[in-house]
Amino acid sequence: MKKYNLHMLKTFKTFFSLCLLLLISIHAFAIETIEISGGGTKQINIAVMPYKEIVADKANSRMHQIIAADLYRSGFFRPLEVNGLVNKPSTLSDINYAEMTAIEAQVMTLGQVEISNNRVKVNWFLVDTNKKMILTTMEYSGPVAQYRAIAHKISDTIYEKLTGIPGVFSTKISYISKNKGRYSLNVADADGFNVQSVVGSPQPIISARWSPDAKKIAYVSFEKKKPIVYIQSLVTGQRTVLANFKGNNSSPSWSPDGKRLAIVLTYNANSQIYLIDADGSNLKPLIQSAHIDTEPVWSPDGRFIYFTSDRGGRPQIYKVSSSGGESQRVSFEGNQNLNPNVSPDAKMLSYVSQDEGRFRVVLHDLQTGQITKITDGPFDEAPKFSPNGHVILYAHKINGSGELSTVSIDGVVRQSFNIHADDIREPAWAPFVK
Amino acid sequence: MKKSLLLASLLSLFLIGCSSTPIVDVSKPAGPSASNDLSSSSDETDLDLASLRDPNNILSKRSIYFDYDKDVVKAEYKDLIAAHAKYVASHPKAKMTLTGNTDDRGSREYNVSLGQKRSVSVKKSMNILGAQDAQIETVSFGEERADTNCKDSGCYGKDRRVDISYEKE
Repeated sequence: MKKYNLHMLKTFKTFFSLCLLLLISIHAFAIETIEISGGGTKQINIAVMPYKEIVADKANSRMHQIIAADLYRSGFFRPLEVNGLVNKPSTLSDINYAEMTAIEAQVMTLGQVEISNNRVKVNWFLVDTNKKMILTTMEYSGPVAQYRAIAHKISDTIYEKLTGIPGVFSTKISYISKNKGRYSLNVADADGFNVQSVVGSPQPIISARWSPDAKKIAYVSFEKKKPIVYIQSLVTGQRTVLANFKGNNSSPSWSPDGKRLAIVLTYNANSQIYLIDADGSNLKPLIQSAHIDTEPVWSPDGRFIYFTSDRGGRPQIYKVSSSGGESQRVSFEGNQNLNPNVSPDAKMLSYVSQDEGRFRVVLHDLQTGQITKITDGPFDEAPKFSPNGHVILYAHKINGSGELSTVSIDGVVRQSFNIHADDIREPAWAPFVK
Repeated sequence: MKKSLLLASLLSLFLIGCSSTPIVDVSKPAGPSASNDLSSSSDETDLDLASLRDPNNILSKRSIYFDYDKDVVKAEYKDLIAAHAKYVASHPKAKMTLTGNTDDRGSREYNVSLGQKRSVSVKKSMNILGAQDAQIETVSFGEERADTNCKDSGCYGKDRRVDISYEKE
């Protein structure tokens, strides 16, 4: 079956009509707010038809809303307004292709959701509306408690079928919330739903990082009135101290094999980067300087560590071999650059760049050296690539309180999470679970 | 429909969400034990706690403020730093913590490092005056204690500081 090449897809809409469509979508999804920063040029027009819910006492259907919201957030899809259509097919024989052509749909998804005996079963289709051809048809089922998980699984399948790259809709994220003076490290689905608190504390928690197997989180807690690095199992809840030396212990970053972490210690001097085994043994310095060296992150192949240093005056991004040696400066544009994050394919960095008084998230193409600002600031921080590299999750401050947003790597689609807490910050995206 | 693909999908669905995440609730940091809480009379004499508590003594002044993105100790804090350095040098049992802080601009981890740079800067000023490293711990809260409602340079200035505290005081 044919795969769509995103770059070959024609754009039919003007910027105005795109805005209009997306604004309508806000209403349809009603779970997140939407900002638009430019015209999308390579989005796939998809008609996500209401999946017919076959259930005794409830006529509401919402699985398609979860799917449409997922696909929209990715930046690669433009879910079309379908509420006004006369025909709302849930089986192949009911499709009116003329109507699909009229709304300029390139693909459509439709299906039926059956709920009985506390189980949900979905029969669904993905159809090429131009060729009138089925691209995918599947049946997914599970306990009713996994209703949203099943919807995300369908989104993942559609995404991979049409882009050739796995979707991230079934992955997890984490973030720190501050509510009434209490801090909590939380884990949630990639769309911000299904929130679970992992650790709560009256003192700040920062710098949570998922282990490569997504079973543990390393984080920094100030509960002992100084920063100490802990590792906590998400399976057993058991927590161990990774580093509690004199001075600060902070900024953990897992090596890609999960056996070691880069951390930042100070003793009685400036922040310096060390390597330590995940069981807290085998501590050794990575680099030694008289300046601030912090925010280490590993390249996906484990060969390099990117970090922030003020050795040149203002903070900038540098790179060093994970076996130590000479450091190389990586960022040159902007007043200061910090908070680096490496894309899963190792081709891009994202970091926070401060210029003209604004802290913005930028993408730095390591092959071409091209730097693209993908957010507007003024106080954006902590960018994290999605496990497929297509979206960046980041935090931003509005009137002193923090929120989380995602932005597609082309900077076109931004969405903020509608999470209820006074202040949300320090996002992290869990890796794909193999 | 591919049977194997369907099976894999079904299996993965069963795995999703099966584990419930256990929660850790950090109880309040273990406070001073009862014997430390009521300072013994030897602590009172050895540490001269009365001087630390006396509001008319310069030792009761505990904050040193910094300029934006700077770790240089300003001349106006010369006497304050000299008094604390002298106190530490003349009380071998005293343990001091210097906690650096920053305003909330920039990344959280970088601000931990910047706050640390400030506490180290204060420590070095005290070292020159005889205070020993073994009696001092330099740490940083970065921007975590910054006034999040701050929008102008006046209150940002209050966030950029090093706080001096003593064990058992």
